[in-house]
Amino acid sequence: MRQFTRSLIAGTAMAVAMAGGAVAQEEKVLNVYNWSDYIAEDTIANFEKETGIKVNYDVYDSNEMLEAKLLAGNSGYDVIVPTSTFLARFVQGDIVQPLDKSKIPNWKHLDEDLMKGLQANDPGNEHAAIYQWGTNGLGVIPEKIDAAMAGEEAPMNSWDLLFKPEYASKLADCGIYVLDSPSEIFPITMAYLGHPHNTDDPAHYQEAEELWMEIRPYIKKFHSSEYINALANGDACLAMGFSGDVFQAKFRAEEAGKDFTVGYVIPKEGTAMWFDTLAIPADAPHPENAHTFINYILQPEVIGGITDYVAYANAVPASEPYVSDEIWNDPAIFPTPEVKQKLFVDTPAGQKLDRLRTRTWNKIKTGR
Amino acid sequence: MTHVRPEEQAREPGAVGVPEAEEGVRARRMTGHVSRWMSRRLRIGGRGLVIAIPYVWLLLFFLLPFAIVFKISFAEYRLGLPPYTALVEWAEGTYLRIQLAIGNYQFLLEDPLYVEAYLGSLKMATVSTILTLLVGYPMAYAIAKARPSTRNMLLLLVILPFWTSFLIRVYAWIGILKSNGLLNNFLMWTGIINEPLPLLYNEFSVYLGITYSYLPFMILPLYANLEKLDRSLLEAAADLGAKPWKAFLTVTLPLSVPGIVAGSLLVFIPAVGEFVIPDLLGGPETLMIGRVLWSEFFNNRDWPVASAVAIAMLVLLVVPIMLFQHYQARDAKKES
Repeated sequence: MRQFTRSLIAGTAMAVAMAGGAVAQEEKVLNVYNWSDYIAEDTIANFEKETGIKVNYDVYDSNEMLEAKLLAGNSGYDVIVPTSTFLARFVQGDIVQPLDKSKIPNWKHLDEDLMKGLQANDPGNEHAAIYQWGTNGLGVIPEKIDAAMAGEEAPMNSWDLLFKPEYASKLADCGIYVLDSPSEIFPITMAYLGHPHNTDDPAHYQEAEELWMEIRPYIKKFHSSEYINALANGDACLAMGFSGDVFQAKFRAEEAGKDFTVGYVIPKEGTAMWFDTLAIPADAPHPENAHTFINYILQPEVIGGITDYVAYANAVPASEPYVSDEIWNDPAIFPTPEVKQKLFVDTPAGQKLDRLRTRTWNKIKTGR
Repeated sequence: MTHVRPEEQAREPGAVGVPEAEEGVRARRMTGHVSRWMSRRLRIGGRGLVIAIPYVWLLLFFLLPFAIVFKISFAEYRLGLPPYTALVEWAEGTYLRIQLAIGNYQFLLEDPLYVEAYLGSLKMATVSTILTLLVGYPMAYAIAKARPSTRNMLLLLVILPFWTSFLIRVYAWIGILKSNGLLNNFLMWTGIINEPLPLLYNEFSVYLGITYSYLPFMILPLYANLEKLDRSLLEAAADLGAKPWKAFLTVTLPLSVPGIVAGSLLVFIPAVGEFVIPDLLGGPETLMIGRVLWSEFFNNRDWPVASAVAIAMLVLLVVPIMLFQHYQARDAKKES
């Protein structure tokens, strides 16, 4: 998800010209709208070969982009991949349709515990299947952090590295990047401060504001995708980001033969986990084909191949044989049960809470 | 349209004043009349069509979207599709209910964020416009003064960057300005500085980005204006003993005011709503209305408030410009 993109273009360059109209015999077309770089190279081609359904495949780089398109109506898409908190709103607003599970026999492969976690956002698991899941954590370049700390010990596995001015001030020169998204920032901040992650108490937001204000001078950039480049080039040494994006930076730094390594850390205090889900918009023109597609994706060998390629965890335990050991055994991708205990699933915010979060975030960012 | 062109007036009496003779001749005359009348009609029709095209364009791509945004700004947020309430609805199928929420506009005034963001945008746009003018004027002047053969080459060089994606050009600046980028590395190599200068992610880089990106919009209208400048006026000034700089200040500069105004408006207006450049090159304290609008729409998904911000921005921007145009037109009339 949220993979690297250069991307204002990706969002706008999507031409969607589709004929609507539900017909008994559906035409052999399927319009998929997924995150950029979020599927294996051969998945779509194999699906087309097996089913004879022609796939139009478009990509986006933020949930907000997807949401804006759906809310405008008649998006024309049949399968979308919203993150769980956004899915929750789509469920409440009847923007996605309930799935007909009799058409998705591969549903049985889905991990029960994870699907239970998703129920916080989709009660009864009626609307969506988990595609991939991950966490929000820290991208680090240990060599650069050690150099910047000049011999002092740095808590590499803790949010303190970012939230304590004594560390952040030393890392300012080697570059700190954080996500520019109030809906991602505040649940983590609140958990760090020991408050409920979805608190709507203004006093808690006051406290969060003070915490951020202290470290704000040491932050180089607030942006939700620039840090991938920055980590890969060594312009950043610490970034708050999405697990898969940091892996992307890691691979890119390796490819370029940089003299440092990029690592991903799930901080010991715990963090937010999210699910990217497969869902069908209420006004999808080809719901039959969409069910066929979801069923196809949930086959262990197909979803395993995708995980192997995108380096995100999936929710199909039976896919293990199709995923390389390097990825399957990486605790940063598939966390150990102890770490899993510390993860929380974020729930959607109401309009009021959204506004409080956005407003607080604006104050923090602009420093006034 | 009631105006009759002279050549038609001249022909008309001849056609009417012919004495009535043979039937055939008359008939022929009649068809002549009809065809002439037809052609005149058609000509007017053709002209009307040409005039209508820009109006239809304006209606379709400006007024209509504006009306839709205006309408949404009076609605309220709701969870669903579309994500705002209807203004007009049949209550219980019996009577029409119209609900206008002006709270969105009130909200803009209550929270200082919006006013500050608007002022921030005005400041960014004003400074960038002045910078663009300072850089663009000498360039336009030099191009206008150049020999015709080199002139085309120079103009081409101004337009050339447009052939590359705007986004890529802005990204290129990140590579130049960042702390281990081209410029800092060069300055450190020459020994002028010992530590990298903070060139990126601040107001400086935004000014630089806007000035760079919008420069052609300043140069081209200025060039068009300066190129038409009557050289004999400068010669006359020189004959009367004016030094070149004095001739420039009293002759060239006042005559190029329309070019300056056109160029400045072309830079200023889009710069106020600029989103991409501050997003990529700006620091967190760069507060601009484009960014606020974005977060209303995407983070808060509050389309009504986002629409209200857009409408307020348009009004606050268009009214001063219209006043300015009005006074300019009046001054021009006075002078003539």
